[in-house]
Amino acid sequence: MYRHWILTALLAWPVAGALATLVAPARRAKHIALAASLVEFAISVPLWWTFDPSGGMQFQLDASWIPAWGIHYTVGVDGISLFMVLLTTFLVPLSVLGSYTYITTRERGFYALMLLLTSGMIGVFVSLDLFLFYVMWEVMLIPMYFIIGVWGGENRLYAAIKFFIYTMFGSLLMLVAILVMVYLVGRRTGVVSFSYLHVMANLGTLGSLAFWLFGAFFLAFAIKVPMFPFHTWLPDAHVEAPTAGSVILAAVLLKMGTYGFLRFALPFFPAVAQHPTVRAGIVGLSLIGIVYGGLVAMVQPDFKKLIAYSSVAHLGFVMLGIWALTLQSVQGALLVMINHGISTGALFFLVGMLYERRHSRLIEAFGGIAKVAPLFAATLTIVSLSSIGLPATNGFVGEFLVLIGAFQTYPVATTIATTGVIVAAMYLLPALQRVIYNPLDKKENERLADLSPRELAVLLPLVACIVWIGVYPKPFLRRMEPAAQQLVDAVKSAAPAAAVAP
Amino acid sequence: MSLDLARLDLSSYSDLLIALSPELVLTTAALILILVVAWRHRTRQDVRAAGWVALAGLAATAAATWWLWWNRAGASGIAAMIAVDDFRFVADWLFLGTAALTVLVSIEYLEREDVLVPEYYVLLLLATLGMMLMAGAEDLMVLFLGLELMSVSVYVLAGINRRSAPAAEAALKYFLLGAFASGFLLYGIALVYGATAATNLTLIGVQVATQGLGGSTMLLIGLGLLIVGFGFKVAAVPFHMWAPDVYDGAPTPVTAYMATGVKAAAFAALLRVLTEGFGTVPAWHQIVWWLAVVTMVIGNLVALAQRTVKRMLAYSSIAHAGYLLVAVAAGNAAGSAAFLFYLLAYTLMTLAAFALLAAKGRNGERDVLIDDLGGLAQRRPWLAFPLAVSMLSLLGFPGTAGFIGKWYILVAATTAQQNVLAAVLVLASVISAGYYLPVIMAMYMQPEPFDGAHASVRLGVLGRTAVIASVLGLLYFGVRPNRALDIARQSGAAVRPALAPSAPGAPPVAPTPAGH
Repeated sequence: MYRHWILTALLAWPVAGALATLVAPARRAKHIALAASLVEFAISVPLWWTFDPSGGMQFQLDASWIPAWGIHYTVGVDGISLFMVLLTTFLVPLSVLGSYTYITTRERGFYALMLLLTSGMIGVFVSLDLFLFYVMWEVMLIPMYFIIGVWGGENRLYAAIKFFIYTMFGSLLMLVAILVMVYLVGRRTGVVSFSYLHVMANLGTLGSLAFWLFGAFFLAFAIKVPMFPFHTWLPDAHVEAPTAGSVILAAVLLKMGTYGFLRFALPFFPAVAQHPTVRAGIVGLSLIGIVYGGLVAMVQPDFKKLIAYSSVAHLGFVMLGIWALTLQSVQGALLVMINHGISTGALFFLVGMLYERRHSRLIEAFGGIAKVAPLFAATLTIVSLSSIGLPATNGFVGEFLVLIGAFQTYPVATTIATTGVIVAAMYLLPALQRVIYNPLDKKENERLADLSPRELAVLLPLVACIVWIGVYPKPFLRRMEPAAQQLVDAVKSAAPAAAVAP
Repeated sequence: MSLDLARLDLSSYSDLLIALSPELVLTTAALILILVVAWRHRTRQDVRAAGWVALAGLAATAAATWWLWWNRAGASGIAAMIAVDDFRFVADWLFLGTAALTVLVSIEYLEREDVLVPEYYVLLLLATLGMMLMAGAEDLMVLFLGLELMSVSVYVLAGINRRSAPAAEAALKYFLLGAFASGFLLYGIALVYGATAATNLTLIGVQVATQGLGGSTMLLIGLGLLIVGFGFKVAAVPFHMWAPDVYDGAPTPVTAYMATGVKAAAFAALLRVLTEGFGTVPAWHQIVWWLAVVTMVIGNLVALAQRTVKRMLAYSSIAHAGYLLVAVAAGNAAGSAAFLFYLLAYTLMTLAAFALLAAKGRNGERDVLIDDLGGLAQRRPWLAFPLAVSMLSLLGFPGTAGFIGKWYILVAATTAQQNVLAAVLVLASVISAGYYLPVIMAMYMQPEPFDGAHASVRLGVLGRTAVIASVLGLLYFGVRPNRALDIARQSGAAVRPALAPSAPGAPPVAPTPAGH
């Protein structure tokens, strides 16, 4: 019973919460949203223990939706999506709590959209039907679009529409690719079905068409990751979005792109994924992302923009890990996905807290605030070190695994990627120094308040995770290993499509 | 007397009358309405009463259509003037629904704009009758009669507000270009008759297939002229020039009616003519393929440049004509079914958008800029929300009927292996986000242009009913389209080439030449 319905409950509960938020009095909205998201987290936590680490799709539920087209409502999780779901349910209550004082206008709408967004995000990660996946993928755009567009900064309209159109552009081509695949599978097997497992089992070799189809999926996911050169929407969206929006955007939405590669693009088209030119091209773009993202982050005067560009670099590591296609590198990539959600999420919270106090995000507007806000300074230091990848923090474990794994496949590329870790220190440490150390030379900063209990409540869970994963990552690795192994085996067992390159 | 509705013999008068019963009911209603308004046409109450009579007539016609549909009416033999099939019945429902929603929006609109002309509803009924004839026409002459009945009524409707100069301009422009288009169509009919010695669609199809007329120059020119004529009526690029000006100038409910009903009728006739009469002529696939591409691209790009809501919607309806042409170009059973479902979605979302625009604007709504909608969500949340839903549906966003419709068209296109066409369609949809989203942005993310900008925005009970019905329909069919899809599939299958095998359940074949 529980195993069948838990994912559906996770999808339905936030919608109910959103409705409750909408009809509640405006000043209660945030409390209701917080309660709803905490319950959501509580529902999801048992997944961690009841998940069977030996692998496979679990907690499946299958119901017919539009039988005329072979569309089902099918949900399930494996070792890849489990963590994405938990990351989502973990971060949403924190984001709601972190918005308590930041969001002051039209609160009901904001919190209702946050909860709807939760449903959409979880839907993307648990869908095992291509139609359902596509619907969820698009549906979660709307709440984010409104969150950026209504509660964002100066340039919010531009950022919101850019975010929307970039994502839609990629996903619509993916839609055509899905339809073509379902048509081909339907012709081959006589069964028209959008079921993920059915399509994957019967797709077969597609020849040069596979490159076109892969291209459509690649575009959709690469924009979402975002990979260089599709990343230009990201700094705009991140900088303009309200704090909670930035946190969710970085922590969860970007992961949808890398998740898409792991779940769809690689298993569907193993022949293309094995093609040396394709792989080299994508690994090359990942490297550019790592180095370029770091270098651009280095020169940003705006702290939030710096973090946005550091996301490009971190996601470059994820892509490198995925495309190196060894067990360690894929596990590392999965771990970096989680780590980036935690560390970058925490960084965005911290910058948001600075912004609430001073209404400025410029690094040079601060300095020496360790003296007046020691708790804040300590947290920022820990989180920054985790983002850089210092040993004993989560950042180290993930990036180290990626680098070790990738070295077996791409030694030169991995050597270049290693410089990314150094670059990370080069942009974050000076920023850290200029914000919290240096002399306290600005009058406005002399009376800066330290973290309030509410803010501590937002940040402490994140810091705890940083330390936990940094010191004892085994529970995570154990659960993701079968899924990662299966992915690597599935892709590697397919013959490379060298002969049919377009 | 035993009546077998499933095998009506259309050569006997009684059976023909039964087959035409929806049209007869509607004609009767229109005639009664003429009598009513001849006696009572002075006060607001009279105009309102005329609207209710029109609604009753539409409801009775829908019931007659339902009666035929429910009893699975069909005709035996082929040489008929009028088709008795599900495609006609479902198309009729669409037209009747469109007309009913238009009446609901019009009643308050006419009072507000002080256009107290009860003949408005008579013309609306007659235009609907013309549409029903077009969708059911099995003969090019009937088709032409229906087309003219519809067009002449709508010419007058466009200029019904005699005090408005733009409306007069719109009516005249529409009349001149419409007459021109009718000329093309008639000339095309004449040439097709010259080539095949038939005006009956089935006979044309048989002649073309058996005599090998697929390459006949006269037939091809005739077919080309037919497509040009229909191209004008559906406002496909490059025959769309009249549409923005006419849509802009006409009273908004009439614009809504033109953008949905008139377009749907012309499309239904086009689909039937091409599939039944010319199913074996490959040439039109190429023509429609290009028409679809050009219409989608140009319609969407020009819509991007519009600043007033009404013109934007005008160009958007051109773009949607392009999407419908994709369904026609697919040329398979899925295409016909997708076409019907998309018409349903398109009608609901366009009507809702125009009805809400009518609530915002005054004096023809020509001047409502997109930016004028700023802050509407705070002042009038229950107007902003349906407008946002219809914009998202027009954009083809999941959760709305517009998405299911677009999805169905894409299914039809990929089944016909028209992958390029499918890709153009989705890229055109991305462009359309550039003009549908600003409406939502203005309403939800921008401040009011000035204090009290929306003070005069009012949507009466009837208009609200129409909008709520449309939006609920959009959301319902976006999530549970199952029944509507089944009906669309059965009805779409009714339109098929005259000589093609029609075994139900046969595996789909791709009849179109691939490799564009």
